[in-house]
Amino acid sequence: MLLEVRDLRVEFRTRDGIAHAVNGVTYAVDAGETLAVLGESGSGKSVTAQAVMGILDMPPGRITGGRVLFRGTELLTLKEDERRRIRGAAMAMIFQDALSALNPVLTVGDQLGEMFTVHRGMSRRDARAKAVELMDRVRIPAAAQRVRDYPHQFSGGMRQRIMIAMALALEPALVIADEPTTALDVTVQAQVMDLLAELQHEYRMGLILITHDLGVVADVADRIAVMYAGRIVESAPVHDLYKAPAHPYTRGLLDSIPRLDRKGRELYAIKGLPPSLLRIPSGCAFHPRCPMARDVCRTDVPPLYEVNEQRGSACHFWRECLDG
Amino acid sequence: MPEPPQEPPHEPEGAVAGTGMGGGMDLAASEATALERTPHGPDGPGGTVGTGGPGPQDRPRSLWSDAWRDLRRNPVFLLSALVICFLILIAIRPSLIAPGNPLQCDLARAQDGPRPGHPFGYDGQGCDVYTRTVHGARASVTVGVCATLGVAVLGSVLGALAGFFGGVWDSVLSRITDIFFAIPVVLGGLVLLSVVTSNTVWPVVGFIVLLGWPQLSRIARGSVITAKQHDYVQAARALGASNTRILLRHIAPNAVAPVIVVATIALGTYIALEATLSYLGVGLKPPSVSWGIDISAASPYIRNAPHALLWPAGALAITVLAFIMLGDAVRDALDPKLR
Amino acid sequence: MGRYVARRLLQMIPVFFGATMLIFLMVNVMGDPIAGLCGERACDTATAAQLKREFGLDKPLWQQYATYMGNVFTGDFGTAFNGQPVTELMSTAFPVTIRLTIVAIVFELVIGIVLGVVTGLRRGRPVDTTVLLGTLVVISVPTFVTGLLLQLLLGVKWAWIRPSVPPEASFDELVVPGLVLASVSLAYVTRLTRTSIAENRRADYVRTAIAKGLPRRRVVVRHLLRNSLIPVVTFIGTDIGALMGGAIVTERIFNIHGVGYQLYQGILRQNTQTVVGFVTVLVLVFLVANLLVDLLYAVLDPRIRYA
Repeated sequence: MLLEVRDLRVEFRTRDGIAHAVNGVTYAVDAGETLAVLGESGSGKSVTAQAVMGILDMPPGRITGGRVLFRGTELLTLKEDERRRIRGAAMAMIFQDALSALNPVLTVGDQLGEMFTVHRGMSRRDARAKAVELMDRVRIPAAAQRVRDYPHQFSGGMRQRIMIAMALALEPALVIADEPTTALDVTVQAQVMDLLAELQHEYRMGLILITHDLGVVADVADRIAVMYAGRIVESAPVHDLYKAPAHPYTRGLLDSIPRLDRKGRELYAIKGLPPSLLRIPSGCAFHPRCPMARDVCRTDVPPLYEVNEQRGSACHFWRECLDG
Repeated sequence: MPEPPQEPPHEPEGAVAGTGMGGGMDLAASEATALERTPHGPDGPGGTVGTGGPGPQDRPRSLWSDAWRDLRRNPVFLLSALVICFLILIAIRPSLIAPGNPLQCDLARAQDGPRPGHPFGYDGQGCDVYTRTVHGARASVTVGVCATLGVAVLGSVLGALAGFFGGVWDSVLSRITDIFFAIPVVLGGLVLLSVVTSNTVWPVVGFIVLLGWPQLSRIARGSVITAKQHDYVQAARALGASNTRILLRHIAPNAVAPVIVVATIALGTYIALEATLSYLGVGLKPPSVSWGIDISAASPYIRNAPHALLWPAGALAITVLAFIMLGDAVRDALDPKLR
Repeated sequence: MGRYVARRLLQMIPVFFGATMLIFLMVNVMGDPIAGLCGERACDTATAAQLKREFGLDKPLWQQYATYMGNVFTGDFGTAFNGQPVTELMSTAFPVTIRLTIVAIVFELVIGIVLGVVTGLRRGRPVDTTVLLGTLVVISVPTFVTGLLLQLLLGVKWAWIRPSVPPEASFDELVVPGLVLASVSLAYVTRLTRTSIAENRRADYVRTAIAKGLPRRRVVVRHLLRNSLIPVVTFIGTDIGALMGGAIVTERIFNIHGVGYQLYQGILRQNTQTVVGFVTVLVLVFLVANLLVDLLYAVLDPRIRYA
């Protein structure tokens, strides 16, 4: 396994109390595989990724338990300097909003070249050449000229390409893409997603794709992990999950996608709102919003039941859910 | 996908919008929305903005009640508020703690150190430093409060109108404020006040208002422009509300916070400015009793009788500090970004 | 970029004339422009009338202003109370004040920024709280009190420095006065840098820099500092004018014969030409400094450059 996250727990100390952002997340990604982590904002999907990358703000954040194994090495106990050498080189991250994620006062050439000067000890001139090569790679027109431009001079799609180029600069084994297309126009989203998928395939990288958009997932992901209130509630190969969800939350998500064959009917919406991480409901965190909730859901936290070797569901009544 | 509609595009994970768990976490997005929550009633369109927060446990909280909750627990705020209350009290009734006459001096005791009943000693004229220091509070507090009121009223009205109506008025006002900013304050004070022979505080107050208003008008203008762009103001406009109503009911309550903060801090600096002008001999003049005058009078013999300088200087510093810290605390409470 | 500069230059013109006119008005309201021209005594009526005609003081105020400005642009700033041309006073006074201001700016840059960065990176820790409290105290104690106290301690009690600066006022003699002049601004620079660093520290691009695996030092210096210093540089630039104008207090305490001293003398002796002349130059300095800040801003922040 390239990356294994086991029972990871992260909390944030806030003025109003402790926010339990991640409450025992377990997932794994292999080389060449794409894992989509799906969830609403506040479900803990980005916090998990930040903990894996080692870029969590601590304090206020705190990792209270679990393990992160990268090629079998425990990352959480590694010294910061060793951790730093892995970041960017062996595992990289693509952020959502490239405009704010790129430094506004440095040229894109500087920011790309920095990867090579810092991690590879290249001269600035060689690094600049590499930067141009990378920009070509992600199909930015006139890369040789544009390498001297600043982030704000690029369009949103081009900026995200630069973000991707930066993440892939040192051909990392693992890439975490945190909502890489959310900030983009719909037309550009597909192009950027295709580029990412193509490069992933070419370099045989493991890819963790964090998203709230089920549409993006279907095309590119191999597996899906659905998160709710800091837990994985369902984990399955992408087609199994679409065909027959084994968790009422996943079912709710699928049902709330507008579909042509159900045109004219009222769109389904999961009732209620996501829970506050300061006061996560007892038992199954989803029970206040769940159409199938019974007494046991209020009291017992469901473990991730094994549906088959390939998939798991954290619902006491996953069988009923599978049957529809 | 049931994406909560109020979710800002790049909200970090762990931030459930509107639960107000801003403490320590950089939840810029959710915090920014907190500022937009309006402090005024639920009847106007402004009231609907505050309902962005989801969750049954989330009671609607206004910017002001949030700030007040913060302030009540802030020792800096409590301490400075206490000091200020005390100052105001002795400014009104100095005889409460200093029954003596600040103008009654005994040259024979000039520069003498402390003795029973005269804990701060005597100044160069043989006046009791304790009595003069206590009585000096009145001049400082009067100048500070009156000048701040004047500056706040003049500055925020002009700034708000310029920000609200924009166009020519705005450009003219901007240039005028530029002009005032180009004149060094102490210098302007020296020039204008050097001809004044009045013994009252009013020329100093007038001067501070004259040179101080541009600062506040700039702040007011900025915050009115920000408030003007909010959706609920646009909505009120679309509903046909009059300019006056929009300005007073929707914009003013939201734009007033920065003005109050800057004015509180400015109050402290005005007190310091009065003392500086008095030190230069153009502020208040004897026989007025003021810290600036006393510090100035004590400076030539600082070597022999430092106490005559240190006590009024200390009182001055504590007063200015109290107002600045108060303003600081209020700003921190009102500006969730820095929490 | 060229158009940006041109626009800024154009905007300066009304401010320059407005500010000088304001001062001209204030000075003329203030007092007798010919006072002091007849030596220690007051002039007799006939001489006064003649002098007034000579200087064009019988004309309406706006004409006087126009004439004065016309003269200023040919380099004639008029005559000081002691019969010296004002320009001569300026040539001795300005170098001293400029040196004093440079010392003050260096203090602001070095101490202010270092303290700001240190506290901004350690928000909430003891260092931060201590420094923050210190800045509040410095801001609260008026400059003239700070000056008098430092003079008392360093100059009189411990005799590290001379309590009064000799007329030639070299850089090393201006260290303490420069610190006094800088004190309040220094505290502001510290607080501004701290806030700016603390805000930017959580910025997305800093997170990106960390995620790139850059060493902490590089993240701070190259990514965080560069962005955070933009408002600080702006403040320091605009402060140049304020420092030179505010030097009046510091110069009085340490008996430095700079701009503030000459202005103070001019005001005491109600000499219009000295006061207006010096203030005109100070306004110019303020405006030029602001222009430079705007240009520097464009250099530091590429987003402005192409606006």
